[in-house]
Amino acid sequence: MIPRHQKLLFGILLVASLIMGVTLWHLRERAHQKLLAGQNSAPTSAPEVAPAEEATLLVASDSDGSMLTQLHSLPLPVDPGARARAVLGKLLDIYAAPDSTHPVPGGGASVLQVFLLPAPRIGAAKPAEAPSQQQTGPQLAVVNLAGSFAASHPAGIETETLTILSVCGTLHANLPRITQVRFLVDGQPRATLAGHADLTRTYLAADAVSTEGARP
Amino acid sequence: MRSTSFGLAVLFVGGLAGLSAVAQQAPPAPTAPPPRFVVVLDAAHGGDDTGGHFANNQVEKAFTLALSVRLRSLLGARGIQVVTTRESDTAIDPNRRAEIANHAAAQACLILHASASGSGVHLFSSSLAQTQPVRFPAWKTAQAAWVTRSLALAGSLNSTLLQAGMTVTLGRTSLPTLDSMTCPAVAVEIAPELGSDKSVTAALDDPGYQARIASTLAAALVAWRTEARP
Repeated sequence: MIPRHQKLLFGILLVASLIMGVTLWHLRERAHQKLLAGQNSAPTSAPEVAPAEEATLLVASDSDGSMLTQLHSLPLPVDPGARARAVLGKLLDIYAAPDSTHPVPGGGASVLQVFLLPAPRIGAAKPAEAPSQQQTGPQLAVVNLAGSFAASHPAGIETETLTILSVCGTLHANLPRITQVRFLVDGQPRATLAGHADLTRTYLAADAVSTEGARP
Repeated sequence: MRSTSFGLAVLFVGGLAGLSAVAQQAPPAPTAPPPRFVVVLDAAHGGDDTGGHFANNQVEKAFTLALSVRLRSLLGARGIQVVTTRESDTAIDPNRRAEIANHAAAQACLILHASASGSGVHLFSSSLAQTQPVRFPAWKTAQAAWVTRSLALAGSLNSTLLQAGMTVTLGRTSLPTLDSMTCPAVAVEIAPELGSDKSVTAALDDPGYQARIASTLAAALVAWRTEARP
């Protein structure tokens, strides 16, 4: 015969266990939703709500080492940084396609961020710029690439140079204020893209545009 | 005492007269030796740095070393002095490679690379803008004073390779070793030879293709020796 107070205690513990189980399940769902919401705040593709615009892409070809201009219609955000990321994403999607003229795996998700900063004057001490000039003056784009993109990029002077120049040229063609481009890989400086082309220097976007339709 | 002094004076005068006679009989001084012609061959990669990976488990570091050795022999047979940055499978820092080239004061520096992408031979000069030579150039842009000469060397190589029926791509790039060299410098990247239908007609591991490239590059450097001679 079980005493009454033990039955009562057992009942209370059972109810408490059920309540705790439901509470834990609820908290887990909330944490999961929070995590998903955090990921959504950094979209990997251009938002669909943005109106489709024509973007100019400088697409490289390995067969003759040339770069040709292609026009593509895609949703482009208003924010310049997001816009730069969207056009580069499209360019790298083209390179990752099976029939690519410049096959490079990775696709658009390989562009982690594009930061736009006032461009420093090359070969001169940086003067203090007026706020209006900062809004209209030349810009330096810092392109942060995924480590997996650099690791899987085909090795070679030509293929690596074409990737860099087409990125620089595409940025300048769509955001003319971008005159200089620097590269990071996973947020860190890296000596070369895949063992050849120098990633430590600042590239002039005009150099890439001058090679358009010709070899680098 | 007086007789001893007189004897020494006679000996001195006699010696001078003898030397004068020998000088008159000596053959004319030889002309200045021709300026030496030195080529630096930099076989890219090595050691842990394998470079690119190609078909049949071939790696770029082995291809560039084999090409460097073959080219050195061909140039040596033509009386050209060759300095190589590596003779074995060892890792060498890019700065050290440029140091070796700069110490050699060479008339041509070739950086040898290979790639599975593209077609034929890719010739790359530095993308730095030409500047006036300065006494103490910046290390990372030392090539800037040599860009015009490097472009001329690339043009000479291009001409000989085209005459040999090879596909050539000319370009400009930024390579750490190339940009620090103080000599006419060109990065030579060998890719498989593709036909008009994009099929491979000569693979990188084809011995005949390797020999053809080496002999053509040697002929191009011999032609450059003639062009570079003042």
